[in-house]
Amino acid sequence: MFKIDRRLIQNFDWLTFVTVIVISVIGIMTVFSATRQPGEAVQSPLFIKQAIWLAIGLLGLMAFVSFDYIWLSRISVPAYVAGLILLLMVLVSGKTGMGAQRWLSLGPVAFQPSEFFKLIFIIMLSQYLSLLRSEVGILQLLRIFLVIVFLPFILLVKQPDLGTSIVVLIIFFSMLLTKGLQRKAVVLVVIICIVSMPFLGNIMWTGLKDYQKNRLIAFIDPEVDPSGIGYHINQSKVAIGSGELLGKGFLKGTQGPFRFLPERHTDFIFAVFAEEWGFAGSFVLLILYLLLILRGLDTVRKAKDEFGMMLAAGITFMFSVYFFVNVGMTLGIMPVVGIPLPFMSYGGTALLSNFISAGVLINIRTRRFTLFY
Amino acid sequence: MPTEKNSPERIRIIAYILIAGFAIILVRLWQLQILQGSELRKISESNRLRVIGVPAPRGIIYDRNGIALVKNVPYFCASLIPAEFKSDNLAPLSKLLDLTEEELEDKIEKAEQSPFTPTRLKEGLSLKEVSYIEARRSDFPGLIIEIEVNRGYLFGSTGSHLVGYLGKMSPKQAKAAEFRDVPSDAFVGQWGVEKLFDRTLRGTAGQRVIEVDALGREIRLLMEKPPVKGEDLSLSIDIALQSEAEKAFEGRTGALVALKPYTGEILGYISSPSFDPNKFAKGIASGEWDLLSKDKNLPMLNRAIQSQYPPGSTFKIIMAIAGLAEGVITDSSRVECRGGISYGKWHFGCWRKGGHGSVSLHRALVESCDVYFYDVGKRLGIDKIHEYALKFGLGKETGITLGPEKKGLIPSIKWKMEAKKAQWFLGETFVNSIGQGYVSTTPVQMAVMMSSVANGGNVYRPTILKGSPPKLVMSAGVSPETMEKVKDALKGVVNEPGGTGWVAKSNVTTIGGKTGTAQVVGIRKDSKLLSEKFRDHAWFVAFAPVDKPEVAMSVLVEHGGHGGSAAAPIAKKAIEAYMLPIEKKRELARVQN
Repeated sequence: MFKIDRRLIQNFDWLTFVTVIVISVIGIMTVFSATRQPGEAVQSPLFIKQAIWLAIGLLGLMAFVSFDYIWLSRISVPAYVAGLILLLMVLVSGKTGMGAQRWLSLGPVAFQPSEFFKLIFIIMLSQYLSLLRSEVGILQLLRIFLVIVFLPFILLVKQPDLGTSIVVLIIFFSMLLTKGLQRKAVVLVVIICIVSMPFLGNIMWTGLKDYQKNRLIAFIDPEVDPSGIGYHINQSKVAIGSGELLGKGFLKGTQGPFRFLPERHTDFIFAVFAEEWGFAGSFVLLILYLLLILRGLDTVRKAKDEFGMMLAAGITFMFSVYFFVNVGMTLGIMPVVGIPLPFMSYGGTALLSNFISAGVLINIRTRRFTLFY
Repeated sequence: MPTEKNSPERIRIIAYILIAGFAIILVRLWQLQILQGSELRKISESNRLRVIGVPAPRGIIYDRNGIALVKNVPYFCASLIPAEFKSDNLAPLSKLLDLTEEELEDKIEKAEQSPFTPTRLKEGLSLKEVSYIEARRSDFPGLIIEIEVNRGYLFGSTGSHLVGYLGKMSPKQAKAAEFRDVPSDAFVGQWGVEKLFDRTLRGTAGQRVIEVDALGREIRLLMEKPPVKGEDLSLSIDIALQSEAEKAFEGRTGALVALKPYTGEILGYISSPSFDPNKFAKGIASGEWDLLSKDKNLPMLNRAIQSQYPPGSTFKIIMAIAGLAEGVITDSSRVECRGGISYGKWHFGCWRKGGHGSVSLHRALVESCDVYFYDVGKRLGIDKIHEYALKFGLGKETGITLGPEKKGLIPSIKWKMEAKKAQWFLGETFVNSIGQGYVSTTPVQMAVMMSSVANGGNVYRPTILKGSPPKLVMSAGVSPETMEKVKDALKGVVNEPGGTGWVAKSNVTTIGGKTGTAQVVGIRKDSKLLSEKFRDHAWFVAFAPVDKPEVAMSVLVEHGGHGGSAAAPIAKKAIEAYMLPIEKKRELARVQN
């Protein structure tokens, strides 16, 4: 027992640990700046809430470092079923926020099951892929898609949580790539994609809510502006650009607090940060995220078994997708799908689930040496 | 190692792809922040965007028959966007708005920290003022007219303690979590249903983002988030009952609570005198508030739940049920009333000095014989009385949600030991048996008691929304035969010769009830000689129709004198109004509006 403990401390992944904490603290500062109310005595308490969630997140992280991650493979199926049931419950009885049902009330707390579902999904997929001896063939691909991916994808589209459903798909494909696909399977995927594109596109488009359609139109041409849907993007670009090289300075940004920028403390938090800290600050922040992601990939390489490898890959891809889509959207080079910036955006459930995911990553790296029995 | 040979290779490729992604972001940042930086900085500084809040219409409050009790009315305010204000406009602006220059300067100075958010200069403008200002607005850049949603209360002071009123948020409320999404200038519910269901009624404010020219004139609409109207509410109250009963109070102080016996829905709720919520809606002038809050009749006191009165003879209903249920009396056992009894050196009188002669339970209730119930009290003992009073909802909160509620008091031996550090005397049992002494109740408790007697012994929590599921608090567990005997006697109180509640006898429906007269001072004197403030409180509890009760109520008139003459007529009018057909009620409502 003691020997293992000593090894755990020696091998602990401090880099990932410190990086996510630093990014989260920057996030809390930015939430404070974004939600401050100039000229009013009462200040928004959101940043305090976020700080409390950070503390809860740290506990979650430690909890998910404390046991051998192999346990996750054993609970993957029940966890997956439970996750699906939660998603179903959201559809049946969830709270509505912004025209979409994503919240479940648990007494006084409301939480978004889809936030935790991503991790459960990755665990399930890792378990399945790690059991395969060889690269993924056509039949296996179909089976995985039908058994693991299809149902949650439909449930998420129904909510509708466009962001998470796309993220789930991207994570699925990138994990397949990491595992390796047989050439025939690659060809099949490509053909199916090309053939079904018009159909899928049509189904997706008619299934989208108006605000989602507007976002896509606005992405293609922000200046078209029918009833101001390019507004988000334009204001975000103004905020970021006006930061120039060194930024306007902490608490000196104007786009957020004067409410020109919508969703300033959630999806567009990067714009608030870039306005106040400029190119220099943004560069540092990018490096932090790059560090987190490259470290994650390194953990994939070093993991002691196939399950750990797939798990680390899935989590790292999840962080990457969120980062690129979110920052890309604030910069106007990606469509506006409402997904948060990991560790920075305001949101308790998301922060907790991200910390737990980071905990799993640290867990895999910390236990990268096969233990003696 | 199970990992395949080419995996590290694949991971390296993925890493390169991700790094390329970072490079693209960096290039884009460079483009926006360095290349276009100064240009975008200029746009952000001379922001020609104005974010204008659009208030959400509040949900409408209806009575149980779909009659609207409130309407939304616009509330106009003159506001200023500080960034566009030119200081040499100060003097003309102060003239335009009829404010002193100091006041104006003060307001503008306070707002300068958020230069693009409109700040209120003057509120509650009349339509005439609005058109006057609107016509001259082009001379004052930054001056705009903002519209807030306010209320008109269609029935004025009728039901005001229940419906409530709107007001501006207090500084304490502005900090509270429940009002976080509410603009600081908005009206929120401050009393009654408006306060209780503020969240539901409030809706969500919308937003308009417009681009303006250098003079602050709107050029185009950039973004619009329409407001979401608050949800309508259907209350359980019957406005016909409510307004007829309030009229019958004729300005006297007191309270009325009417309930639906089988559900606990509140049909009527009066605390008299009431106030005119329309005065609050206009942003009540401080002088007027003083008048209301210092008025010796306490119009802001919620008497129905916050005032406690001895129940007087209405308490005999409990005594009768307890006596029968415990078997200490039967409906045929008789007591000889000679106008009073002596106990030790004390004399306990009956209200009829000459006595009632030999009375059974039925006659004792109908004629409200005190001596009969002294005897019942002696047989039961105070603790049994306490037990039965609690079974019918007295001595504790009813759970009504309209405000902080008083508990009343039902004494017991244990209570006296703890509260007074003294032993219980039989003489005190006598006094409490006729609802005097320590025993005290609120009007809403008495309504709950009456309602549970009417429905055969079930205590429901009073609810305010139409069709809310009945919340059974407890069942008294008294046999139906016992309840029927007592109800039959209560029918006799109103409908038999010599009954103390004969004034409430109605041609429309059969009413059952019980009068009560609660002593204000210890010694009874001829009420005509007493000045009004020493006169007794008048009670009447009633239900109707007797065979299938649809309404039960308590009426209290402070210093009204005898319950039969002061309170019973109010109950009769309220019950008869409730029995009217719906079309008739709608017509009455139209006439009142």
